[in-house]
Amino acid sequence: MNYNWNWGIFFQPNPMGTGSYLDMLLSGLALTLETAVLAWIIALIAGSIVGVMRTLPSKGASWFGFCWVEFFRNMPLLVQLFLWFFVLPEILPRAAGLWLKQLPNAPFWTAAIGIGFFMSARVAVQLQAGISSLPRGQKMAATALGLTTVQGYRYVLLPMAFRIILPPLTSEFLNTIKNTAVAITIGLLELTGQARSMQEFSFQVFEAFTAATILYLLVNAVVVTAMRFLERWVAIPGYITGK
Amino acid sequence: MKHFRHIGLALAATFVVSQAGAEELTGTLKNIKDTGAITLGFRDSSIPFSYLDDNQKPVGFAMDICYKIVDAVKKELKLDKLEVKLNPVTSATRIPLMANGTIDLECGSTTNNAERQKQVWFTNTHFLTASRYVFKKSSGLKSIDDLKGKTVVSTAGTTNIKQLTEANVAKKLGANIIPAKDHAEAFLMVETDRAVAFVMDDILLASLVAGSKSPNDYVISKDAFSKPEPYGIMLRKDDAAFKKVVDAATAALYTSGEGQKIYDKWFMQKIPPKGLNLNTPISEELKHEFAKPSDSPNPDDYK
Repeated sequence: MNYNWNWGIFFQPNPMGTGSYLDMLLSGLALTLETAVLAWIIALIAGSIVGVMRTLPSKGASWFGFCWVEFFRNMPLLVQLFLWFFVLPEILPRAAGLWLKQLPNAPFWTAAIGIGFFMSARVAVQLQAGISSLPRGQKMAATALGLTTVQGYRYVLLPMAFRIILPPLTSEFLNTIKNTAVAITIGLLELTGQARSMQEFSFQVFEAFTAATILYLLVNAVVVTAMRFLERWVAIPGYITGK
Repeated sequence: MKHFRHIGLALAATFVVSQAGAEELTGTLKNIKDTGAITLGFRDSSIPFSYLDDNQKPVGFAMDICYKIVDAVKKELKLDKLEVKLNPVTSATRIPLMANGTIDLECGSTTNNAERQKQVWFTNTHFLTASRYVFKKSSGLKSIDDLKGKTVVSTAGTTNIKQLTEANVAKKLGANIIPAKDHAEAFLMVETDRAVAFVMDDILLASLVAGSKSPNDYVISKDAFSKPEPYGIMLRKDDAAFKKVVDAATAALYTSGEGQKIYDKWFMQKIPPKGLNLNTPISEELKHEFAKPSDSPNPDDYK
């Protein structure tokens, strides 16, 4: 290898005049986190609704849930973001399309919503599996107690199902964070995007991507630890997931 | 004691090697002689510098120059046969592939600047380009000041987006600058009215316009964001023997007038695969540079 290592590069000023190269990467990290958190909130809400719909007795609801999951699950995320960002505004009426294109921070919103919907399909499948794993008697007992369907889900089924799927949800959250890297394809300068900018300006490619790797690992370590605490905090003795 | 003996041996070995090195080849030249092959890095879409034609074969202005360098290396090493290997590179892979020895020369449109000189070397400049912007005729823009408050796109990680950001601050334009992943995407943003202007090296803009659906709809600004910056063919750092051969080859090419001929072939005539004509006559600055070849990264040296 004929490579000129320069670990001091992080403390040199970046050519954009926004501080050092490290500041550049950290601003990318902040954007990565903002996108991931917003996408995760969308994924949890949409995923929970669709996941519940897939377990309802109603034919229409489960058909809708099926379509949602298959639509968002079967297309590569890269293709989806490209569709939302470039194709959608073209098929809308001209005025609406133009409004969408000139929205401030369009790449950010597109990425957060796009990744959120993509992940929602996965959350929905997990939740459906969680609900189906409960004994059938649970639902019947809820009905026998006089609870409506909504109340049955709210007080009996969902609290148990969510506890069961908490460990796989942790991986889904980690996936959401990692998936934000795809957003550079629509011009969002998140952590991977900033690492690429850094290597374009300074040509110090290995340092840039080493730093990005470490930052991703650190963030994911924090998430894993936090989710472990959450799992322990919500655990109920006697349940499948309890001790 | 054992350690000292090792150091002693190492020192002795270094001494022997450097003694022998006075006559023998080193670095890239030695490698080329030993393997009988030289590897050129090419780009797949840097029109007209280095790109794939309809046979998926890399062609272009920089490729032609690289083949001339290969001839010179062959002559220098007195080889009967020198195999030319071609290896595709992108802006993200060119440095790792150069550092680990996969490619010996990068034949593309890489800007030679002082910051990058810390990592690689460049041979004599083969092109000079200034940062300008492309816009739709219908938007009625004229000068840089007309970009006030507008949405402007440029490619992430380029010197152009840096110059645009600086101009935005210095001229108090208040423009909304969005970064795009690559040139094609940035141009798409102008094409679809997501941005009014795309700031980039003027020659890349010319090729994007020539290749667009309706080239007559677009105009490239007269105003420039920068002095003309040099493009160079990249080679490994700290390999003076190889650089000497490459520099001599490119200098001979440019001063002999052959450089101008190759230039006209790629910038003034129809080029494959679609028969586009970039119609970009050689600039005064580049004419001067061809007469007096230079590998300086400083734009002020090209007048």
